[in-house]
Amino acid sequence: MIRIDRVLLLTSVCYVPLVSAEWQVNLIEGATDISRSVYDLHMIIFYICVAIAVVVFGIMFWSIIWHRKSRGAKAAHFHESTWVEIIWTIIPVVILVSMAVPASTTLIQMYDKNNADLDIQITGYQWKWRYKYLNQDIDFFSSLTTPQEQINNQQAKSEHYLLEVDKPLVIPAGKKVRFLLTSNDVIHSWWVPALAVKKDAIPGFINESWTLVDEPGIYRGQCAELCGRDHGFMPIVVEVKSPADYQLWLAEQANLKVAEQQSAQRQMSQAELMAQGEQVYKARCAACHQPEGQGIPGVFPGLVGSKLMTGDAAEHINVVLFGRSGTAMQAFGEQLSVVDLASVITYERNAWGNQGGSVTVQQINALLKE
Amino acid sequence: MSHQTYYVPAQSRWPIFASIALFLMAYGAGALMNALSAKSDTALGLSLLIGGLLCMGLIMTGWFSHVIDESRRGLYSVQMDRSFRWGMSWFIFSEIMFFAAFFGALFYVRNLSVPWLGGEGEKGVANMLWQGFEASWPLMKTPDMAAYPGPSGVIDPLHLPLINTLLLLSSSVTVTLAHYRLKQNRRPQVVLWLALTIVLGSVFIVFQTMEYAEAYQTLGLTLQAGIYGATFFILTGFHGVHVTLGTLMLMVILLRVIRGHFSPDNHFGFEAVTWYWHFVDVVWLGLFLFVYLM
Amino acid sequence: MGNVEQVVHSAGHHGPAKGLTRWLFTTNHKDIGTLYLLFSLTMFFVGGCMALTIRAELFQPGLQLIRPEFFNQMTTSHGLIMVFGAVMPAFVGLANWLIPIMIGAPDMALPRMNNWSFWILPFAFAMMLSTLLMEGGGPNFGWTFYAPLSTTYAPPSVTFFIFAVHMMGISSIMGAINVIATILNMRTPGMKLMDMPLFVWTWLITAFLLIAVMPVLAGVVTMMLMDIHFGTSFFDAAGGGDPVLFQHVFWFFGHPEVYIMILPAFGVVSEIIPTFARKRLFGYTSMVYATASIALLSFIVWAHHMFAVGMPLAGELFFMYTTMLIAVPTGVKIFNWVATMFRGSMTFETPMLFALAFVVLFTIGGFSGLMLSIAPADFQYHDTYFVVAHFHYVLVPGSVFSIMAAAYYWLPKWTGNMYNETMGKLHFWLSFIGVNVTFFPMHFLGLAGMPRRIPDYALQFADFNMVATLGAFLFGLSQLLFVYNVVCCIRSGKKASNEVWEGSHGLEWTLSSPPPYHSFIEPPIFSHPYKDGHRGE
Ligand code: HEA
Ligand code: HEA
Ligand code: HEC
Ligand code: CUA
Ligand SMILES: [Cu+2]
Repeated sequence: MIRIDRVLLLTSVCYVPLVSAEWQVNLIEGATDISRSVYDLHMIIFYICVAIAVVVFGIMFWSIIWHRKSRGAKAAHFHESTWVEIIWTIIPVVILVSMAVPASTTLIQMYDKNNADLDIQITGYQWKWRYKYLNQDIDFFSSLTTPQEQINNQQAKSEHYLLEVDKPLVIPAGKKVRFLLTSNDVIHSWWVPALAVKKDAIPGFINESWTLVDEPGIYRGQCAELCGRDHGFMPIVVEVKSPADYQLWLAEQANLKVAEQQSAQRQMSQAELMAQGEQVYKARCAACHQPEGQGIPGVFPGLVGSKLMTGDAAEHINVVLFGRSGTAMQAFGEQLSVVDLASVITYERNAWGNQGGSVTVQQINALLKE
Repeated sequence: MSHQTYYVPAQSRWPIFASIALFLMAYGAGALMNALSAKSDTALGLSLLIGGLLCMGLIMTGWFSHVIDESRRGLYSVQMDRSFRWGMSWFIFSEIMFFAAFFGALFYVRNLSVPWLGGEGEKGVANMLWQGFEASWPLMKTPDMAAYPGPSGVIDPLHLPLINTLLLLSSSVTVTLAHYRLKQNRRPQVVLWLALTIVLGSVFIVFQTMEYAEAYQTLGLTLQAGIYGATFFILTGFHGVHVTLGTLMLMVILLRVIRGHFSPDNHFGFEAVTWYWHFVDVVWLGLFLFVYLM
Repeated sequence: MGNVEQVVHSAGHHGPAKGLTRWLFTTNHKDIGTLYLLFSLTMFFVGGCMALTIRAELFQPGLQLIRPEFFNQMTTSHGLIMVFGAVMPAFVGLANWLIPIMIGAPDMALPRMNNWSFWILPFAFAMMLSTLLMEGGGPNFGWTFYAPLSTTYAPPSVTFFIFAVHMMGISSIMGAINVIATILNMRTPGMKLMDMPLFVWTWLITAFLLIAVMPVLAGVVTMMLMDIHFGTSFFDAAGGGDPVLFQHVFWFFGHPEVYIMILPAFGVVSEIIPTFARKRLFGYTSMVYATASIALLSFIVWAHHMFAVGMPLAGELFFMYTTMLIAVPTGVKIFNWVATMFRGSMTFETPMLFALAFVVLFTIGGFSGLMLSIAPADFQYHDTYFVVAHFHYVLVPGSVFSIMAAAYYWLPKWTGNMYNETMGKLHFWLSFIGVNVTFFPMHFLGLAGMPRRIPDYALQFADFNMVATLGAFLFGLSQLLFVYNVVCCIRSGKKASNEVWEGSHGLEWTLSSPPPYHSFIEPPIFSHPYKDGHRGE
């Protein structure tokens, strides 16, 4: 018997490193000074709690084992003692004060958002993030790229399942970056564990936070406040680049802008519009209006056979460009390129049996100017 | 303690009927509001609501007359009287907390959120999103005037509100006088003072309605006028509802006095209503101070 | 009804009415207590099935069983039903059954209102559950229903949800008023406040909390209603309001609410441990003061749920310190229980097992609470499964275990029959294992970064989620044993004596088992169970 026990014990001890590799059980230390102090704080408090638990449960199990009736224990008669009560009030207070000191220091550090090198405004949308680099001409949306097939188990799941986006937030290493968080609709929360930053994005208000990452790398996180249907599908990816790479990235962004403007000049055939429109629809609209345009009754209107799809195109374009304020329908005019807009609207007007004819880039441009 | 045993009523149908009535009211109100907002048919909601209200009215009348009847047959001991007293006091405490939630909201927006939106204080960066918005109280220009057009003026506290304050204060005095006279068993005087209290309460309600009419028609001070209008109407509105209820309760008490109910040393129903009335009065003082004056 | 031929109670010998009307029209505290307990058990199963739906969806990554919009409705309804439908009514049921027979009263102070408090509940919950069938689905914004997700962006059924909450509030307030009036006014002559059993004390304080905060909940849902239907801007910055205002008002209610769910549990455990340790409760006075301090502190800690909303630094620090302070009176309670066991003469019947598990597992939940209260660390924990682990530890092996313990402890008194001890022990051990297998891994998930309220998750969280789901089904299934045991006990079983337990103490054990329909027609002579030395000493 004893041998078997030992063998089991031994194997389980050997298994521990294996286990902890796969089955992560603790907070990560993260990539910033702040995240490391948070980690230390977490560990200190954890150990204090363990120590208290050992003492309290120790005494309790001592009584359970030794003071049981079946062992012939006779109950003692004591039932109060003022000084014991005082002692076990004071000791916890002392312990708590010793926790509060490092906690306050860390918190005060986190609130020191002065002297940032770079300001980025982060806006939460149902269900994507928008990153706008203040004082620079960079402004883009970042949304989930995991295909529906993977989510619906029709395809093997990739390594970064649900934690991958089309355009990550890019920041330079070694620079203090200030985030100005807000939201376009409901409350979201921007959270990247490795940076120990979690701040709510509240519509109409701005929350400030900051980070300073020493090493380049890719850090992933998720929206951490219930924000509706696709709250679970709203990841965050932060790519920290060395200052040199960061400069390259900036230049690349400028080039992209030019390229986009050029493509907007080109005439597109209905087939081209439909093909591109389907892509855009799947990526941007299907979450609410559903892949087949049927919508979800009572929440998201269906687009199949809707009067808007077959009637006046201007009204349709208007809804997509400017959204309907106070509803989940956002203003896509600021999110999509004109080409994407023209194609997705064309797609909606001609897919699923709708017959509304196509919409051109020029029409969009005209309405956008107004 | 007395040897009289505590009165435990036999089975009663009132509670379950009252629950059903409450359900009808709640469901009806919900259906009605949804229909109004969706601009669809309101018939179902409205009929359920009215039906529920009627049932509730009948049930409450029945239930209370039942209790009054038991009380008049001397089934209630001194101890029972104390139970009623505790019950009423804690009920009033719960009402105070209900108003506290709205006062809390008022203090919060005045001292924190509106200044932040206007660029003041620790979270003043929010002003980035509302360029040109300046914090002020009363809030005449809201951050988004298109969505919530601010009022063009506010109620002058020294006109109707001041008169209303005087009305309610004096009604507290008259109701106390009525109580004293009841203790001295001088019934005609009780009736007189009670009636006067009811008149004062009713005039208050009339003035309050006039004030609302002015707010809506000439000042543009509406529920939709931004946070000033929202807090203004929720506080004064719920207070007004309470005054109305209190006045109704006073009327019932008046009727009972006329019918010869209550004795100089046993008149809890009377006292409960005076407590309620004083509570309504104190809430008004808070309102006058924080909603109108400051 | 209007019938003048009242059966005056002093005759006192009429038993329960026959048939369904006994339950519909009753004014008897025991009948109403039973109704509450049955209602709560039903809701526990309904909420439990929702939890199992959640767990089943989370068994593996990917969407298998339900769509995200339904998942959100399940999470929301599960939280609401467990809190307002299972745990709170269970404690009110216990209060109804026990307070009168513990303080020597004939019944609750206001018996008709008592029945009304109960019968509002089934209607309120019927209305809330019916929203799941409405167009657009039921509430999908979490049990904390943060604006504007619950206002501008909510499905139309939110209106019914709001009215259902109003009804529950009315019910709770009336119930609480009744408890206070009973305790303050109906104690048998000679029983002073400091002579009351701790269960009565904890309920007195709980009732105070209820009356103080349920109206605030009513206030906040009213503001929501106004924003949704009447164009106000309480929670909309465009009109000068603030979505965070919602959270302040909600948590001013919400935090005391969690103590509403634990203080009566403290009371139950304080009754049970002395009985099976055969030793008088250690530090009665300090227990009372500790409970009161917890209740008072609970009014000034609310924003620890909101560390991430971006409060000014001073607010953050204030709420961190006050929250940490709550560990002190709670610790006093834990230490007193341990001191009660120390050098006792212990046996381990089912109620005691549940009470002991309560002490250990609640403390673990308390420790994770303490970790959450450290604001800078909470930025990592907030809205992850670490929080889910925390509150299930305080709520399931906390509140729910205490309710189970109370059920086993007083069942023989209520029914006159002993329950099956072997089955009780089996139920305990299965529950104990099930609870830990379900909720312990959630600590790891949360620390590793899994957010709460998500229907699907990244691959690194797969293993522990699988474990948790298995545990949940084990825990859920073992509750069937409990029901079976209770049903058997009601129907038959070994007859219980009046004292039932060797170490029992208090007035309820002087009554017959089951007690007469009207408990104390004449106020009993009160003598302190220990001071007069007839028990325990
Ligand atoms: C019964 C219910 C209950 C109870 C009793 C508690 C008890 C406590 N809770 Fe918990 N809590 C909830 C129910 C409860 N909680 C719920 C439902 C939520 C989530 C709501 C939601 O968002 O949906 C929540 C969330 C929650 C948060 C927010 C987390 C977040 O969202 O980020 C915090 C943060 O401070 C917190 C803290 C605490 C603390 C400090 C206690 C303390 O009372 C614990 C005190 C006990 C001990 C500390 C153990 C015993 C003490 C000793 C042995 C003495 C010695 C100890 C020391 C000196 C350390 N809780
Ligand atoms: C007192 C309150 C209480 C109780 C008792 C429970 C009990 C349980 N809870 Fe819950 N829970 C909450 C209060 C409670 N919970 C709250 C407030 C939330 C937050 C909601 C929100 O985010 O808004 C929450 C959220 C919550 C989540 C997170 C959801 C999310 O974030 O998306 C999960 C996930 O695992 C969960 C699981 C469970 C489980 C498995 C149980 C189990 O203990 C349940 C066991 C009971 C049964 C299973 C039923 C009885 C048995 C049967 C019906 C027999 C049939 C059984 C079988 C066929 C197996 N709960
Ligand atoms: C976050 C959810 C969401 C997303 C994503 C979304 N919509 Fe919508 N959409 C809505 C809602 C909600 C409405 C209904 C608004 C209302 O109540 O008037 C709506 C309405 C519409 C309408 C008007 C339908 C009618 O009959 O009134 C059109 C057209 C539309 N959306 C197109 C799109 C397009 C194109 C996209 C993608 C580029 C898109 N939507 C993405 C939520 C969404
Ligand atoms: Cu965005 Cu959750
Ligand atoms: Cu709390």
